[in-house]
Amino acid sequence: MSTITLDTVRKVYAGNVEAVKGVSIDIADGEFIVLVGPSGCGKSTLLRMIAGLEDITTGEVKIGDRMVNNVDPADRDIAMVFQNYALYPHMSVYNNLAYGLKNRGMDKGEIDRRVKEAARILEIGDYLDRKPRQLSGGQRQRVAMGRAIVREPAAFLFDEPLSNLDAKLRVQMRVEIKRLQRALGTTSVYVTHDQLEAMTLADRLVVLNGGNIEQIGAPIDVYDKPASTFVASFIGSPAMNLLDVKADGNGLSLAKGAGLSGANAKGKDRYTLGIRPEHMEEVAGPNGGDGLLLEAVVNVLEPVGAESYIYASLGDGGPEIVVRVSSHARHEAGEKLFLKVAPENAHYFDADTGRRID
Amino acid sequence: MRKTQIWDHVILLAGVFFMVTPVVLAFLTSTHDAITIYKEGIQFAPGGKFLENYETVLFQAGGFTKEVDGFVMLKNSLILGLGFAIGKIIISMLAAYAIVYFRFPMATLCFWVIFATLLLPLEVRILPSYEIVQKLGMVNTYSGLIVPLIASATGTFFFRQFFLSVPDELLEAARIDGAGPWKFFKDILVPLSQTMIAAIFIIMFVYGWNQYLWPTLITTDESLFTLVRGIKQILQVWVGAQIPAFNEAMALAILAIVPPVLIVVVFQSWFVKGLVESDK
Repeated sequence: MSTITLDTVRKVYAGNVEAVKGVSIDIADGEFIVLVGPSGCGKSTLLRMIAGLEDITTGEVKIGDRMVNNVDPADRDIAMVFQNYALYPHMSVYNNLAYGLKNRGMDKGEIDRRVKEAARILEIGDYLDRKPRQLSGGQRQRVAMGRAIVREPAAFLFDEPLSNLDAKLRVQMRVEIKRLQRALGTTSVYVTHDQLEAMTLADRLVVLNGGNIEQIGAPIDVYDKPASTFVASFIGSPAMNLLDVKADGNGLSLAKGAGLSGANAKGKDRYTLGIRPEHMEEVAGPNGGDGLLLEAVVNVLEPVGAESYIYASLGDGGPEIVVRVSSHARHEAGEKLFLKVAPENAHYFDADTGRRID
Repeated sequence: MRKTQIWDHVILLAGVFFMVTPVVLAFLTSTHDAITIYKEGIQFAPGGKFLENYETVLFQAGGFTKEVDGFVMLKNSLILGLGFAIGKIIISMLAAYAIVYFRFPMATLCFWVIFATLLLPLEVRILPSYEIVQKLGMVNTYSGLIVPLIASATGTFFFRQFFLSVPDELLEAARIDGAGPWKFFKDILVPLSQTMIAAIFIIMFVYGWNQYLWPTLITTDESLFTLVRGIKQILQVWVGAQIPAFNEAMALAILAIVPPVLIVVVFQSWFVKGLVESDK
């Protein structure tokens, strides 16, 4: 168990492609950090630099108090779980778990104790003699985790470990990974492109975009106060509605078209306005009061069970927004809606930089 | 549907017929005595000399020096076939390992140079090769027979393709598990390559077994003769009124077929697996 410190870590590939552009993160002992972002954002590269599978171009990676930039992966005291499990196909499950320990010259009895213990925790005791190809995806995933656990490392590194599982199993394993991490208290860095996985697992989220950190914070803080339009649209499903708006003496209105009215709260003349789908409340008509009022025409109603999503155009043929409503709401295409947004639920971003304006 | 099935079988049977008939005729002919064969040619029915003929070729010393019998030649052929196959597998696996997993200057060039040697069969380089072997004093030795031929572009190519198909994560997992280059090779790659090794072993064993030109050049000592050369030797004794021992030549030819066939039959299931199935 240990802290991990990244200090302005950069990765430049041949051909001057900068995959990671000076990232600094302090990871506390026992913390579960999730690196999340779209593909190509540098999250996997960052994880692989912590693991020692990629060279660090500049900057420092510390595990505990030790600078590990030039330390071999095997000597970094980390364990990694790969997306495709990377189990040794010709070895039994037992040997898959034991291989790393054998290479370290560990005593046979101790190896056996650790393998049995990991097998007990992960409930794979019955499969120890089988080969990986005789296991289902979920079981292989457990073996891959077991290989990490037996090492009793300072940190677990997860590289999209659930991507190859079907949806149901993914939810189940997600819960299990969280429970396991809590029980073992091992510092963990987890890479995913799935914002839901990120939200549910993380103590702190690190949202990456184009090799830069967009935001670091507890999942709910990131959700409530996204630092940029990128984070706003990436975290949360359906994504936050982002609208180009202008403001003048008469208050707020859409940059193009009608359908939005409200007071100018921030004293600028252009914004990107962000509204979460669940923060729009249906009202009977324009009735004043503070906050924003939207007028929209229903295009499609999409019931997903527990709730429904309305896709509606602002004004007459303006930008489309998504509104989350109760599953019992009944709406027809072409129906007109008045939607109210409380002032505290309106997010304002700089129209040019996309950064949040508080 | 049925019609095409019948045709499929007709074609297959025709193929089998063309492949097997010469072997069967050779076997039948090998059970007659030399005079019958000389008078009547190839025989289509079994004769009564099976035991005698095979005993003669296996155990009766023949040749010019009367030092070598079929059994010795069988042994020599086995040594050549095995040394050839095993040597080629070891060398080409190591070469492919270096090309695929180690970044060294001009690795790709190295691979293509190795690959290009496929275009240069033994016959093209036979004089310089002989010169080298002779200068090293390896004429009339087993190592002279085997070593100059064990570099294999084909083997290197197949192993390279196989290693390239092994997922990188496996290497990375092994690195994190503390396996160095040698351990990774020994513990992960070699076991994964099993079926590939079996397939290449068969091909190379048969190839080595059937070598004729090279052993002819390198060995003048009859105790190093291989079976394939022995057949030729039997037919060469056309001295005076002596009739060539066609029966013995046929018997020896049949014997020469047996070990490669056995190898293929035994390794067959692995061989097919190596070609069609990846165990990754």
